[in-house]
Amino acid sequence: MRLALAVAGLAAYLLVALFVIGVGVWSGVAETDHVVLGRVLAERAGWLIIGGLLLIGGLALLLARLFSSYLVPLRRMAADTRLMTSANRAHRLDVRTPPELAALAAAVNEVADRSQTGEEEVAARVAQARAELAQERNRLAALMAELTVPILVCTVDGRILLYNQAARDLLSEAHVGLGRSIFGVLDRSAFTHLLDRISAGSARSNAVTTSFRDRLLRVHTTPIEGSAAGLGGVVLTMEDLTRRAAASERRDASLRALTEQTRGAVANIRAAVETILDYPDMDAEGQQQFARIIRDEAERLSAQVELATPRPEEALGDPSLFEDVLAGDLLAAIERRLTGSAVTVSAAPEADDLWLTVDSFGVIRTVADLVAWLGANHGVTDARLRVEATDSYAGLDVCWPGAPLDPAAMGEWSGQPAVREWLERHGSEMWSGHDEGGAYVRLLLPRAADVPTTPARDHEILPAGHRAERPEFYDFDLFRAVDIQASAEWGARALGDLAYTVFDTETTGLAPDEGDEIISIGAVRIVNRRVLRAETYEQLVDPRRRIPAASFAIHGISGEMVRGQPTIDQVLPEFARFAEDTVLVGHEVGFDMRFIARKERSASVRFTQPLLDTRLMSAIVHPEHERHSLEAIAERLGVSVVGRHTALGDALLTAEVFVRLLGLLEARGLRTLGEVRAAAAKATIATTSPPELSR
Amino acid sequence: MTHKVLIVDDEPNIVTSLQFLMTRRGYLTQVARDGEEALAAVESFRPDLLLLDVNMPKVDGYEVVQRLRDAGWRDLRIIMLTAKGRETEVAKGMALGADLYVTKPFSTRELVDQVAALLGSP
Repeated sequence: MRLALAVAGLAAYLLVALFVIGVGVWSGVAETDHVVLGRVLAERAGWLIIGGLLLIGGLALLLARLFSSYLVPLRRMAADTRLMTSANRAHRLDVRTPPELAALAAAVNEVADRSQTGEEEVAARVAQARAELAQERNRLAALMAELTVPILVCTVDGRILLYNQAARDLLSEAHVGLGRSIFGVLDRSAFTHLLDRISAGSARSNAVTTSFRDRLLRVHTTPIEGSAAGLGGVVLTMEDLTRRAAASERRDASLRALTEQTRGAVANIRAAVETILDYPDMDAEGQQQFARIIRDEAERLSAQVELATPRPEEALGDPSLFEDVLAGDLLAAIERRLTGSAVTVSAAPEADDLWLTVDSFGVIRTVADLVAWLGANHGVTDARLRVEATDSYAGLDVCWPGAPLDPAAMGEWSGQPAVREWLERHGSEMWSGHDEGGAYVRLLLPRAADVPTTPARDHEILPAGHRAERPEFYDFDLFRAVDIQASAEWGARALGDLAYTVFDTETTGLAPDEGDEIISIGAVRIVNRRVLRAETYEQLVDPRRRIPAASFAIHGISGEMVRGQPTIDQVLPEFARFAEDTVLVGHEVGFDMRFIARKERSASVRFTQPLLDTRLMSAIVHPEHERHSLEAIAERLGVSVVGRHTALGDALLTAEVFVRLLGLLEARGLRTLGEVRAAAAKATIATTSPPELSR
Repeated sequence: MTHKVLIVDDEPNIVTSLQFLMTRRGYLTQVARDGEEALAAVESFRPDLLLLDVNMPKVDGYEVVQRLRDAGWRDLRIIMLTAKGRETEVAKGMALGADLYVTKPFSTRELVDQVAALLGSP
């Protein structure tokens, strides 16, 4: 088309030029010759026209050639270059063009080649670094989850970034969660004091003892190196001193009681005896009377001493140093330790079910030292290990064929301070002896109590299969989102930076004004757009009234089930704690809030955080739809509906829906909480909602 | 035949009571004040029964039992007396060859009965 226009323009231009030439020639010829010229022109018109056409045709051909060879390829090169920089980096310019263009195309291709190679290298390096990082994280998460020591990692402003199952078990789920504050567990001033000492360089790690509920905790802090700006975070490891403290308190108490009662008894005995001795003239009956007093008091003292004698489990020292171990494993470990030593050691196969409560490292070291000593000083070259169980102890024997050990030598060895200390700590004894098989040295080791001594779980809090969700125990992105719960204006904060508590309630009916009550609350947290299925809240509530059959049909909660459960006044503070510093989200949340608002005063709590209603959010995102029930939204957004009509089930469903709605709101340009709430106020169905929703 | 009882303890107060009780019960008694003395006294006095304290200077009660049993004193009855009452200590004493392990404080009447039972005399 452009070519045709160009040719037409060229033809017009030539005609105008010929016309100007004609006019010039015509006016330059004498008047008298005009006739002659006209005749000549008329006679030669054919030639003139053919010549003109040849001229135009030639020029048109030239133009066409120019177009096809240069202009069109140039335009294609421009388009292709754009393609190379955007959609398809592997694309290259066509070099089958005239030499001038071919050189240009080759130059562009070369630039593209270099750029692509560079980008690919960078991308490969980035991918590798990411993979390594992900692997590190997974390794760390797996390690953390398996550790039996409670560990929390938090930012310097006390926000939890990472925790393990042991920490959750120790501190309960209401206090341990990603993005939550540590100050529910650890006193704020104690925490800042520890940080001050660390940053002042006075200590690399610190510990503080604090009480949490009925537990006594020792919290050790270790700093994580950060940027030049300061600490990157803090690792908190916790130790439950409760058990140890209880044992030592019991010892203290019995010692105190023993001292006091001993004083009394000794005073009575002394008074009686001194009286008898000071008054030798006392008659026989009087002496008998005082003698009986002495006997009674002595019996009282005897009984008291029996009570104060430590029970076998108390005879053990600091319980944190002991662990349950299978006797067979212990023997195998000793055998391994002695491999390659001067004495050949073999362990007898042991029954699988003999558990010991020992400081295994200490046992291994003690037995290894013993065997080495036997080898060096008593010519023992082959030793056999065996274990024999008695009631509450098991005897671990080191046996060898040959002469028994002299008791004095044995006494000397076991009298060494380290060995003596080890024996004392285990409430243990050792001695040498001999039987048909030869000589032996026996060490008594405490057997494990029937109940495993792993820390008791307070309550079963996690749904089955929580281990599969292990990665939710950490979220390193929180290192960046430090200000999640800082005091910044709620409304100005980006949706993705906020933490949410999505909740639902079941009630006895629809009218709180007419005495209907909450009978169940379920909730789940969302942090960094992730539904934290391991951080849920579920509580039945005693409504202190009858549950109507009509509502039972919906939620299936009977009067039987809520009997003995806490009342709403006890539950709300707990729930407030769970929902602290988060935006409350619910489907038709105004309904639930009406029930809650009526109880705020009697429960002494206030829910002041912003609210979001998934029904309103759906109306903003899909104004063209009329149905905004939870099922309808879930279906639209491709969330499968399971476990409905339990408070937690509905909360989880609402949470899944909510996370998807967040993305859709952002796609509509609504990026902050304030923008969403403004849009919600304008949404058509907002008028039907209660006033609390504008909060 | 009169049975002989050797009393081994380094605490004179308890020795006084024990010696009185054993003598009144009709046994011949002798006293040793530590482990070494006890081992020598067993050879010379040849007792039928030992009332043996565990905690003594030089050679302790455990070692005395062990040495006596190792030396072939099979028929000698041995009652160990101790202020330590831990289960492991009882186990050790019995394993080394004591016939009875009695923790202090004890009832004198019961002790006298136990001695009589071990000696097989009424």
